[in-house]
Amino acid sequence: MPKTLTRRGLLTRGAALIGCSAAASPLMTTVTFAAAPWDARLVTIILRGAMDGLDVVRPVGDPDYAAARAGLLKETAPGLPLDGFFELNPALSPLMPLWKAGQLGFVQAVSTPYRDKRSHFDGQDILEAGTGLDVPDHTRRDGWLNRMLQTQPGVESSTAYAIGSDEMKVLEGQAPVMNWSPNAELSVSPQARLLLNEIYHDDPLFRDSATEAIELAALRERDGAQLVGDAALPGGKLIPEEELAAFTAGRLREESRIAAFSINGWDTHRDQQKALPRTLNRLARTVLALRKGLGPVWERTTVLAMTEFGRTVRENGSGGTDHGTGGAMLLAGGAVRGGKVYGKWPGLSETALYERRDLMPTADVRAYAAWALHGNYGVSRSQLETEIFPGLDMGADPGLLL
Amino acid sequence: MKTATIAAIRFGYGLGPEGQPDSPDAVLKSLKLPDKVAQAYPMLDLAAAQKMVTEVHALARKVKGGGKAAAERRTAKQKEINLETLGALRVSLARIAETSSPFRERLTTFWSDHFTAPVRGVSLTPFAIAKIDGALRPNLTGRFADLLSAAVLHPAMLLYLDQTSSVGPNSPAGKKRNLGLNENLAREVLELHTMGVGGSFTQDDVRQFAELLTGLDFRAARGFAFLPPKAEPGAETILGQSYGGEQPARLDDILAFLDDLSVHPDTAAHVSRKLAVHFVSDDPPQALVDQMSATWTKTGGDLFAVYDAMLRHPDAWTPVFAKAKQPFDFVASGIVALGIGGDEIMAMDDKKFRRAMFRTLNVMGQRFMLPGGPNGWPEEAEAWITPLGVSQRILWGLQVPSMLRKELPDPRSFVTRVLDDAASPRLVWAVGASETVPQGVGLVFASPEFNRR
Repeated sequence: MPKTLTRRGLLTRGAALIGCSAAASPLMTTVTFAAAPWDARLVTIILRGAMDGLDVVRPVGDPDYAAARAGLLKETAPGLPLDGFFELNPALSPLMPLWKAGQLGFVQAVSTPYRDKRSHFDGQDILEAGTGLDVPDHTRRDGWLNRMLQTQPGVESSTAYAIGSDEMKVLEGQAPVMNWSPNAELSVSPQARLLLNEIYHDDPLFRDSATEAIELAALRERDGAQLVGDAALPGGKLIPEEELAAFTAGRLREESRIAAFSINGWDTHRDQQKALPRTLNRLARTVLALRKGLGPVWERTTVLAMTEFGRTVRENGSGGTDHGTGGAMLLAGGAVRGGKVYGKWPGLSETALYERRDLMPTADVRAYAAWALHGNYGVSRSQLETEIFPGLDMGADPGLLL
Repeated sequence: MKTATIAAIRFGYGLGPEGQPDSPDAVLKSLKLPDKVAQAYPMLDLAAAQKMVTEVHALARKVKGGGKAAAERRTAKQKEINLETLGALRVSLARIAETSSPFRERLTTFWSDHFTAPVRGVSLTPFAIAKIDGALRPNLTGRFADLLSAAVLHPAMLLYLDQTSSVGPNSPAGKKRNLGLNENLAREVLELHTMGVGGSFTQDDVRQFAELLTGLDFRAARGFAFLPPKAEPGAETILGQSYGGEQPARLDDILAFLDDLSVHPDTAAHVSRKLAVHFVSDDPPQALVDQMSATWTKTGGDLFAVYDAMLRHPDAWTPVFAKAKQPFDFVASGIVALGIGGDEIMAMDDKKFRRAMFRTLNVMGQRFMLPGGPNGWPEEAEAWITPLGVSQRILWGLQVPSMLRKELPDPRSFVTRVLDDAASPRLVWAVGASETVPQGVGLVFASPEFNRR
């Protein structure tokens, strides 16, 4: 071990390092990825906290809606007409051009099989596991997107990405997936890179992970930079969800095909007309960032935004809504048949409600996800109904995809 | 490599400014020292947890009744409970910073994960925290039977694994309200806590064990109770033995089964292997596991004797560091390496603490006490040394030490003090070749030598 290192000795050693090993240095080379098995892109966004589907896609044509939501409706701007029966929450107005172009749609009155206890955690676990309630808790350790990957040949770890620092159970399981958070902010000086290369030289696990981390951090800077010009915030600063979307788009433009991340902040027990528009605005910006970032690939993209359950039909005493059952799902992308609100509307009269309080689910939200996997990746109906979403009856094809 | 280096890195949190137990003997003896750090840095206890949860439940009822003021108080209370997780992390790290027995803290973390109850939701979080000192810490070095029953019957476990909603279908309570069994706890005790997923139990054993467990109950306001009217009548046959059958049903019959289960050969093998995997190698030598397992059987599950068997086995002292420190241990080792004191951790500005400790764990994928399922955290190095994981270790090394210490140590002496003869010549060279002091210190934390054990 050298006791002291002279500046000159350092420079010589450093120069030697650069001169001799730059070409072979893992931290200096570009990661190469294998080709993906399919062309279609799928982005799954988990809306954590239970989105109020009744305020997002407002059933203004229902005779009982206005009375159930009188206080909430007073505090908000009128909705944007969608199909004569439903109106869109005005906070999603940035997405209206997509609706008009047939690249944005919704599903109303859907839910997972989860009922009654209305716990966010259990609800999200079941949404991400894609199982029914007949499956014991302990077997709910992998997610439906991961099980889908397990059925497909040619899947590499870079085929699917869990993005952000939230745990994404929907992608967890035996099939290899990548996990990266664009806020990891790993940017190191060239000298630090060389030194990291030196200390990881003999440890392949560290060397490969660090190489990829540095590459991914660099990609994030590139992908983010492309969006900054258009960002609505002063100074062109991206909100965290746009960072996720930008990074997602960057990966999907390359070898990746599937990505999942979360948007939180939907648990609007109080002051819903302040809280919900803020979160909807983040959702809108996320979808637009995906479209922009994906460029031509947007045409082959399906975005599914799903939540663990809906909220009560009647507003509560603190200007909000409580945990409910039936909810809504958002679809976007060039691959979807948008401009349409899917689903069978159950009505809001007291007897039509689930337990006289919640929107009655008329379809399983997993069926829509299943049809998206079927249409995009050719996964067979029997695999979907037994392995990926065990116990699901997919029902008739709703024709979600073009 | 020196025995002292291996002892500190493999059975503790690495070398710090203070002396560490430096031999198998010293590591074992340290477990016999009085548990001073637990007194100096107390963790939330069961009574306080019950009070907190009872209050928040009472407020929830008022909110349902339309109380507006109650809604605000409930939100404040919920926030307070969520902050307990942060507090528990502080206490855990402060204990590590000050302890004379790092192995005791490592064992606490190991058993806490073995008997996972996550800090999830306001009704569970306080109990999950209270379980550490209530059920685990007093039983770290005694009979496994005592640790097992304390953990399995703890409110955190009864709530988390749904035992509180399991009722004997033929019991008076079950018949009256048409309630039935929930097998969750019974299955996890067999599959995770004792015999292991490959253990020689059947679905029928799970079901019979679930029937035996009925009657166990916990309510925040009232506390733990064994309620015979919830218990399934009749005896249960589990693993070929009959338990219970008395009228009314007795808690003792559950304890009798847990006692037998604690010394079942499958339990000895499964838990010995798990200990060896945690401390020695992701793929431990079978001779080491067999030695531990034989000791388990010979001593009736005396945990101190099992640790003794592990620590005295030559396979536990191989100089190859094949395992990776989990994120919590990485952060804890960082604190020890920098010589941050327990009081300093307790007094640390909230924002700084979140950035340096709490959030780091989240981004590295190991939310404090919040694994995804009852199976706890994965052990394999590959689960943690991912692009995201490594990037966060590099970042932590480059940024956090300067947040915690006004004056950083000279990297050239720091690398030797922290890693001694575990530091490779490459690392020593690279640290000396750094552009700046923070970068040199950062390389030590980023190095495989610091991250492996």
